[in-house]
Amino acid sequence: MSKANLLDRRRVVSTLLEDRRGAIVVGGLGASTYDIAAAGDHDRNFYLWGAMGGAVMIGLGIALAQPTLPVVVITGDGEMLMGMGSLATVGLQKPKNLTIVVLDNEVYGETGGQASHTAATVDLDGVARACGIADSRAMATLSEIEAFAPGMHDVASGPRFASVKIDSANLERVLSSRDGTFTVNRIRGSLGFHPI
Amino acid sequence: MHARTGTSETASEIAASWPEEIFRTLQRFDVRQVPYVPDAGHSELIERVLGASSMRAVPLTTEEEGVALLAGAWAGGQRGVLLMQSSGVGNCVNMLSLAQIFRFPFLTLVTMRGEWGEFNPWQVPMGSSTAGVFELCGIKVLRASHAEEVREVVEAAAGQAYNACTPTAVLLSQRLIGAKVFTK
Repeated sequence: MSKANLLDRRRVVSTLLEDRRGAIVVGGLGASTYDIAAAGDHDRNFYLWGAMGGAVMIGLGIALAQPTLPVVVITGDGEMLMGMGSLATVGLQKPKNLTIVVLDNEVYGETGGQASHTAATVDLDGVARACGIADSRAMATLSEIEAFAPGMHDVASGPRFASVKIDSANLERVLSSRDGTFTVNRIRGSLGFHPI
Repeated sequence: MHARTGTSETASEIAASWPEEIFRTLQRFDVRQVPYVPDAGHSELIERVLGASSMRAVPLTTEEEGVALLAGAWAGGQRGVLLMQSSGVGNCVNMLSLAQIFRFPFLTLVTMRGEWGEFNPWQVPMGSSTAGVFELCGIKVLRASHAEEVREVVEAAAGQAYNACTPTAVLLSQRLIGAKVFTK
């Protein structure tokens, strides 16, 4: 189902990652992982095929371990709702290099398009702000995305949170690797860490 | 409660409590991220971690956050350990998939409730199934029930977790905690 004037999720993600440089990018379970894969496979892509609700915490663990590298979590509204407490944990830790972007289509697209809480009542950027993430915003236009993207590389002013209302159309899946050990070891290798 | 580490290293070694032994073991293994949900049995260790410049204590809203955090820490090149109470283990079940999926060095130290003279019946169901839940999730389980064995058990657990990427939980018995922490 498409609605007029809502952003295309692939366009949003490709714009965010157009100049990603050394950033580590975590994609939440579901379409966000396909979006990141569609923007181009990368040694520093962290694809999730499960662990619903865990994307932000995985991003936080990386961000604390690598404080000079930008870490970007791109996930969906359903995945974010399942791990909403992790926004409180991020708000407490305040990692300056962490950016969280929620692609909010207001539905569980992978399971048949059932409405999520954001369709009716929940305001995720309000939640993030209330959890102590002061730089929290809602974005609705591509020009806002373009203006936001360079800031993700500022590792001295995070954490930042953005929710983006997107079109709920289910796009063709772009399948990344499903091998978690490969994915993690590839990221570790890119950071100079060796296998055990 | 036991005395905090004194200014004299020799004196503190002689008087080291089991939480202090755990803290030193974690330092020796270069553990950097320590997510936790507070528990009375972990209170001394949490205070030591909060005071350690080499460690990042990360208070959680629920225990499963800690499993995901440690996976991220590993991807970023750091070791971590999750501190929680037995009642929190059930909150982790789906997220424990990450230990198998990433084959990363997952280590958790669990203070036990629901056993050894438990007063609160609400603790008993989860406390009784804690070891079974871990085993079903592919996590090796070790247990320490006496203060004098804590160090070697935690060392063994940390060794197999960090050196062999064998996900491991250490259950710290209520018998141990009751003897050392509860004062009423």
